Amino acid sequence: MPRVSDEAVEQLVGRLLQVGVLVAAAVTLAGGILLVAQHGPSPADYGTFRGEPDYLRSLVGILRAALSMDSRAIVQLGLVLLIATPIARVAFTLVAFALQRDRVYVGVTLLVLALLLFGLLFGIA
Amino acid sequence: MTVLTLALLVAGGSFCAGLLGALTGLGGGIVVVPMLTLLFHVDLRYAVGASLVSVIATSSGAAAAYVREGFTNVRVGILLEVATTVGALIGAALAGVTPTSALAVLFGIVLLYTAVRSLRPRVEHTLLTTPDEWSSRLRLDSDYPTPDGRQLYSVRRVPAGFTIMFGAGVLSALLGIGSGILKVLAMDQVMGLPFKVSTTTSNFMIGVTAAASAGVYLHRGYIDPAIAFPVMLGVLVGALLGARILTRANPQWLRRVFTGIVVVMAIEMLYKGFTGAL
Repeated sequence: MPRVSDEAVEQLVGRLLQVGVLVAAAVTLAGGILLVAQHGPSPADYGTFRGEPDYLRSLVGILRAALSMDSRAIVQLGLVLLIATPIARVAFTLVAFALQRDRVYVGVTLLVLALLLFGLLFGIA
Repeated sequence: MTVLTLALLVAGGSFCAGLLGALTGLGGGIVVVPMLTLLFHVDLRYAVGASLVSVIATSSGAAAAYVREGFTNVRVGILLEVATTVGALIGAALAGVTPTSALAVLFGIVLLYTAVRSLRPRVEHTLLTTPDEWSSRLRLDSDYPTPDGRQLYSVRRVPAGFTIMFGAGVLSALLGIGSGILKVLAMDQVMGLPFKVSTTTSNFMIGVTAAASAGVYLHRGYIDPAIAFPVMLGVLVGALLGARILTRANPQWLRRVFTGIVVVMAIEMLYKGFTGAL
């Protein structure tokens, strides 16, 4: 099997990241426009921290509310997609190291990926 | 102020931050939190959440351009990511129990440090080509393109660089910044990587580090859609435009302006932190 060059993989990954960011930005923009259209005239008070409602904190809640066209959840979905782009980059790096049969770096990359997924899926209580 | 007015003003400010950050190479992330807290009186936690998201946007958005140049050392990046992601998760946990006034003081210090570093000229150091024990064991040595062909380089002081990266991860999560200056410092000054390799590898790492703590903050309710969307879109558009017009701009003059803004923000953050007004 031919060895996959670092450069070839990185080129592809760079493109995919750009597409990921554009998709995330488009979803965020759509949600933002809807949010301003629905809540634009209401007073903005962010000086005191209250924390987001539960449905905007979990991936399942965000997805469910976004599908029912909740503007805040659509923005949040775009932001989740954005957070996922560097995680996807690490996943591609893992594949590249696996194709190169580089065991040490497959291990290192798996560790980083596990830490990232832990943060995104579970958070820290 | 209404939600609409705030969104428009924040988007405008974030656009300027992204543009100046890209043109000066200092990154816009460092001024987003001071702008939101000092100018728009947004709570520090919402500001940190929104800023982290914008840091990811600029890092991933710039990746394609950086990748094309072929300077990134993926092995160094992913190895040091172990330190920054662990640091980011610990920093995110610490953020919940750290008083905001302490965070404001810490932010002021980091801003001052950024200003000092930005005024110092960047000098390319002599590259080490004799192998270092850690570097050869972990196969970190690589080469990068220069006008005179490919230049080999060796990496040194890996444990020291790893330790600084842990600190960069903690700071990134606590303050919602990319910690690019600290990352470049570790790779350029301590580990002896060529400057261009440090910069591009740092960009790769910034997005990954910010993603670790942004995930945690999402679950903790720090990421508010109405604040985060104008920040993210504003910084992203500003940074992409900045990267386009970079060749026509005068970075020296802009650097001084940006550094001036950073110093003013630093003083104000320190003042608010010490008086407990934030």
